[in-house]
Amino acid sequence: MIKRLLFLTAFLSLTTLFAQENAPKNDGVKTVNSNYTALTNAKIHVSPSQIIENGTLLIKDGKVVSVGTSVSIPKNSVKIDLTGKSIYPSFIDIYSTFGVKKPSKPSDNSRRPQYDAGREGYYWNDHIRADQNAISKFEFDSKAAQELRKAGFGTVNTHIEDGIVRGTGTLIALNSKGTDANRILSEKSGQYLGTSKSAASKQAYPTSIMGAFALLRQVNMDANWYATGNAKEKDRALEAFIVNKNKVQIMYAGSKMNALRLDNIGDQFNTQYVFVGGGDEYEYVKDIKATNASFIIPVNFPDAYDMEDPFLASAVELADLREWNQKPSNPKILAENNIDFAFTTHKLKAPKDLMPNLLKAIEAGLSKEEALAALTTIPAKIIGKSNVLGSLKVGTYANFLVTSGDLFDKKTTIYQNWVTGIKDEIKPMNTKDIRGNYTFNLGTTDYELSITGELEKLKASVKANEKKLGSKISFKEDWLNLTFSSVDTTKQEFIRLVSNITNENNFDGKVYFPNGNESIFYAKKVVKEKDEKKDDEKKDDEKKENNKFFPVTYPNMAYGNASLPKQETILFKNTTVWTNEKEGILKNTDVLIKDGKISKIGKNISAPSATIINGEGKHLTSGIIDEHSHIATSSVNEAGHNSTAEVTQEDVINPEDISIYRNLSGGVTSIQILHGSANPIGGRSAIIKLKWGETAKNMIYKNAPKFIKFALGENVKQSNWGDNNTVRFPQTRMGVEQVYTDYFQRAKEYDALKKSGKPYRKDVEMEVIAEIINKERFISCHSYVQSEINMLMKVAEKFNFNINTFTHILEGYKVADKMKAHGVGGSTFSDWWAYKYEVNDAIPFNAAIMHNAGVTVAINSDDGEMSRRLNQEAAKSVKYGNISEEAAWKFVTLNPAKLLHIDDRVGSIKIGKDADVVLWSDHPMSIYSKAERTIIEGATYFDITTDKQKREAIKKEKNELTTLMLQAKNKGLKTKPVEKKKKEHFHCDTNF
Amino acid sequence: MKNLKYKIFAFTLLFSIVVIAQQTPAPKQTKAIAIMGAIAHIGNGTVINNSCLIIKNGKIETIANAEQIKIDLKGMEVINASGQHIYPGFIAPNSTLGLVEVDAVRASNDLREVGAMNPHIRSLIAYNTESKVIESMRPNGVLMGQITPRGGRISGTSSIVQFDAWNWEDAVVKEDDGIHMNWPNAYSRGRWWLGEPSNLKPNKKYNEQVTTLNNYITESKAYNAGNKSPRHLPYEALQGLFNGSKKLYIHVDDQKGITDAINFSKKNNIKQIVIVGGYQANMVTNLLKQNNVPVLLQRVHSNSDSDDDNYDATYTLANELVNAGVLVGLENAGQMERMNARNLPFLAGTCAAYGLSKEQALSLITLNTAIILGIDTKVGSLEVGKDATLFISEGDALDMRTNKLTKAYIQGRDISLESHQTELYKRYSNKYKQ
Repeated sequence: MIKRLLFLTAFLSLTTLFAQENAPKNDGVKTVNSNYTALTNAKIHVSPSQIIENGTLLIKDGKVVSVGTSVSIPKNSVKIDLTGKSIYPSFIDIYSTFGVKKPSKPSDNSRRPQYDAGREGYYWNDHIRADQNAISKFEFDSKAAQELRKAGFGTVNTHIEDGIVRGTGTLIALNSKGTDANRILSEKSGQYLGTSKSAASKQAYPTSIMGAFALLRQVNMDANWYATGNAKEKDRALEAFIVNKNKVQIMYAGSKMNALRLDNIGDQFNTQYVFVGGGDEYEYVKDIKATNASFIIPVNFPDAYDMEDPFLASAVELADLREWNQKPSNPKILAENNIDFAFTTHKLKAPKDLMPNLLKAIEAGLSKEEALAALTTIPAKIIGKSNVLGSLKVGTYANFLVTSGDLFDKKTTIYQNWVTGIKDEIKPMNTKDIRGNYTFNLGTTDYELSITGELEKLKASVKANEKKLGSKISFKEDWLNLTFSSVDTTKQEFIRLVSNITNENNFDGKVYFPNGNESIFYAKKVVKEKDEKKDDEKKDDEKKENNKFFPVTYPNMAYGNASLPKQETILFKNTTVWTNEKEGILKNTDVLIKDGKISKIGKNISAPSATIINGEGKHLTSGIIDEHSHIATSSVNEAGHNSTAEVTQEDVINPEDISIYRNLSGGVTSIQILHGSANPIGGRSAIIKLKWGETAKNMIYKNAPKFIKFALGENVKQSNWGDNNTVRFPQTRMGVEQVYTDYFQRAKEYDALKKSGKPYRKDVEMEVIAEIINKERFISCHSYVQSEINMLMKVAEKFNFNINTFTHILEGYKVADKMKAHGVGGSTFSDWWAYKYEVNDAIPFNAAIMHNAGVTVAINSDDGEMSRRLNQEAAKSVKYGNISEEAAWKFVTLNPAKLLHIDDRVGSIKIGKDADVVLWSDHPMSIYSKAERTIIEGATYFDITTDKQKREAIKKEKNELTTLMLQAKNKGLKTKPVEKKKKEHFHCDTNF
Repeated sequence: MKNLKYKIFAFTLLFSIVVIAQQTPAPKQTKAIAIMGAIAHIGNGTVINNSCLIIKNGKIETIANAEQIKIDLKGMEVINASGQHIYPGFIAPNSTLGLVEVDAVRASNDLREVGAMNPHIRSLIAYNTESKVIESMRPNGVLMGQITPRGGRISGTSSIVQFDAWNWEDAVVKEDDGIHMNWPNAYSRGRWWLGEPSNLKPNKKYNEQVTTLNNYITESKAYNAGNKSPRHLPYEALQGLFNGSKKLYIHVDDQKGITDAINFSKKNNIKQIVIVGGYQANMVTNLLKQNNVPVLLQRVHSNSDSDDDNYDATYTLANELVNAGVLVGLENAGQMERMNARNLPFLAGTCAAYGLSKEQALSLITLNTAIILGIDTKVGSLEVGKDATLFISEGDALDMRTNKLTKAYIQGRDISLESHQTELYKRYSNKYKQ
């Protein structure tokens, strides 16, 4: 056994080209290879912008020594003539997991949630793993390396793709016959980050992407604090984080939206992330450009859907159809906007899928030079290795490809991939191309031979007497073997040909007949009459036709805008105006909106430049405001802690939610996106206007009032979370009170320390809660039963502030007097109840009783469907409790504006307020009424006529794209089965 | 044991509250009632502006134009309803009222039974007439419902009840009226727990699932033709489908599914079927019409299925179907379906806003539904001889602004419009007046 091992080691060391120079030699004499290699007469792409025709590349010891047309070649050079061939720098993938396995799940199978960290001496959250180094888990994977080399790669920056902070990557040369001694180019290269949790830990926090964002902020702050030396305990994760901060920060975003979100976080800590994108950056390219970030872009362009079954196909949405058409243009659009980007094989099934996808990108308009840069110089630049990687300048690693010609031509072959001067032959360079049609005869029979297929996998077809014969071909090292069945097919007999090919036009050799006789044959090439070029040209023309790029809309989906709605001057004539002011409801009145504001209200207003809208028989109101919404967000709950004041909905606004458009169709113009009710102290709100087509940033109110969600009752004590969730404090209403008292007390102490000028550890959660105590931030609290409602008011009073709003507040009617005395508003449902035990006593008269007791009352939705019928929900207060129509209308307009502290801008039709108005076909609270036009700041975001046109356009575009997909399938392109996107309609207790 | 104790405790706690709040069912009608001067919405599309409606022995004896008829009102209770509106009681089909009290309290949940093929499961015996949710239906005019179990491939047997009863026997309008079948889905969801994307992909087992259903029906037919020994309860429960005494309610939304379901029923000689859901029924209106298949249309107040669909796709569906000549009723299944069943009139109101006339829209929750459920000889419209299950509203009952009931009758009985909720309303309104 030992003998064998010894033999094996000996063998291995023999195959190792680069023995360590200081290693003793016991199996022979010490040898050192000091020869040069000179590759001559090649077209050398030194870099994407520098091409040398007929040049020489001289390399030694794995590096480029010289490159140019007049390179002096030392005598001890091995010369390789590359006449007619091209040389390119090998590719670099800087988002790789090469040779690094993901950690496995912890063996603990308990379904109980884990709230504390599993590691000791590290950060309080296991998903912060800055202390990890890819090098410590690295094991060279020969098979994967070979696949990468075949696809053109010479180097990868690999990392542990696990956790939110993932630690350092390592830069690896993919050479075939080296050792780690010459493969590891940089041990700690860049720090990697992401937004998904580590598989190695079950620690619950964060449960949402919103929590991941907050955690990224907090870890930055904690690192800053740790760096001051004031921290009391050892934290190896923070120590590593501090060290790694000087490295390039490669952040996995995975989508344009997350890149924009994460860039905000980076800006806050003077960190410019390099983003791993999602291939959808073109949709918001101006904003992507504004991040100033470099991008690492996957090229997993989608296959067409299989649209053959029209029933199933009808489920595919326009956005997904468009994606197929548009995504290959992403690199081109990024290049046009001067955004630096590198390509990655991430998301591809195999590295070999890279080139076909790149060709698609080039077909879509990306220049070859830019494509090459994205594979070589840009990734090298991103990881700070331009001096040694990405080009073939003197001093760089000898990482290059030898190709038959233009790298980005379908017909081009990559023959060799040299990595650190070590050659890997991918395809034999001097293989003869024997593809074509030949004739030969054997005895009296004439045969036709046709050789087709790939050079390394030829196919043959043999015909005689118009009959196709079964055949098999092999061609290796100039030796051809052809076997085919004899003309008499009733017999299982075969004829074999053997030929050593020296001439590609004709060949001869020996033939072996079934009866054992031998003879000779001579095959002659038949020159094709067809002009191949013309065929190619035709195909190119066809391609161009199919290359129609379907324009991006804002947002890029059904009902998106071709261009963003613009402010207009509009004059509504002779309409019924619900002012919500002391003027009440004005009949036959004109309203002028100008510069995004309400400019004039009165009779016989004239405005020559205005668009006139006849409002006769119609009603004009201010836009509806939903105090409690969960639309337009990617995440509702961070459920990992009992307080998550550090998270904010502003981080996760989703401007591409169709609910925005549908809410506009129901006259809604502003909403508060609230955190859910998974914990007593939830996250911060986003107060936005439904400016369909704008980015998240542009939807948020300027100087938005600060709000936070609190929650009481069954949800926060996890009553309906199943039997495993019984370990988090609080499990009772009694505990909920203590959570509040504890956090407010701590925040108070935190604030005092902060104001004292002494050093303190900055803590977002405490900062936010201190804002509440300082009356700078307002609470909207999810609430049901009277006991806890009363409790929270008392806790607030103890800390000298008021609760701003109780939302849901289904038993508000039982404590309306106390609410009035405290000064808190009630934002409730019109008629929901009985879905939980705590809503047993919810009554539809709640709004009326609270209103009559003098509480400011709003009616909210908490539901993406009902929100577009909030006008009708307000009308229910007329039915249940006989509220006057004028007062009921305020429940969904002025009152929520007051509760949100935005009533100085919106909520009524008053001169100077924002022109957020709705024109209704009928009485605004009638079930028969429709919003005909919904205007925000003077720009029309919904128009019932435009909507009809959009419907037609959607139909037309879907048909065109469907036809193209059917054609794609017909041409034999790969398709994928149709899929229907899963729709999430969020409520308070949605766990995301 | 400890757990069980808690459960029992929770159960009794719940029950005690339920019992306290229940309204007492109204006594049998003894005296004739004449409702005079109201705008009568008959339910069949017609209106009588100044009507005279007489109720005797629980039935409608007269409905006529008050200006054209002379009747001696002596001995009758006369209600002057001039300017008000009379409607036939609204019917909530495919409803789970009385099967669950509080969604989150498992002990109060009798919604779905274990197993895939449960035609023998009967909703009626679990129907809780004492439900506080049910009494909250009546102030909005929803006076009857088809109580339907959920789950499985064949969920079970529904019954139709009225909403003012001492017990389920009293409540019955039609016992065991039909069997409910959930048609196989065209799509199935990826097994996310195995790391597959959770998007919906075409259901590869669709054909297999349809075959299973076909086999089940074939087997049950064979069984019912034989000597039925040993007895097979589920097969026996299906008997009514073949002799026409029970309807088959097929819950299905997509056009291919609807087509397959209709062919399935023809092939198996199932006499009467109803499509429940029917999101894509507008794409197969010819087929529905040719085969006389009615549709109980899915919740009008719901989001369109696809981002590409018109924002009002669910609002206009009824209009499209009615215009194509399909018989349509409205149902309200889905999230929070029980408590929101009282909004049934407003589902019809929305259909009127999006294409139908108000009277056509009214039929969707009265006569059409009665015809679809097979109870139109008894209820569903204000016509002579039918049960006096009707109500008076101050205004248009399809609009929440004006849906305000002043009186409601079930089989001529003058029912209470109070509920747990109105009692709390009064109690707390008074608290602040003190």
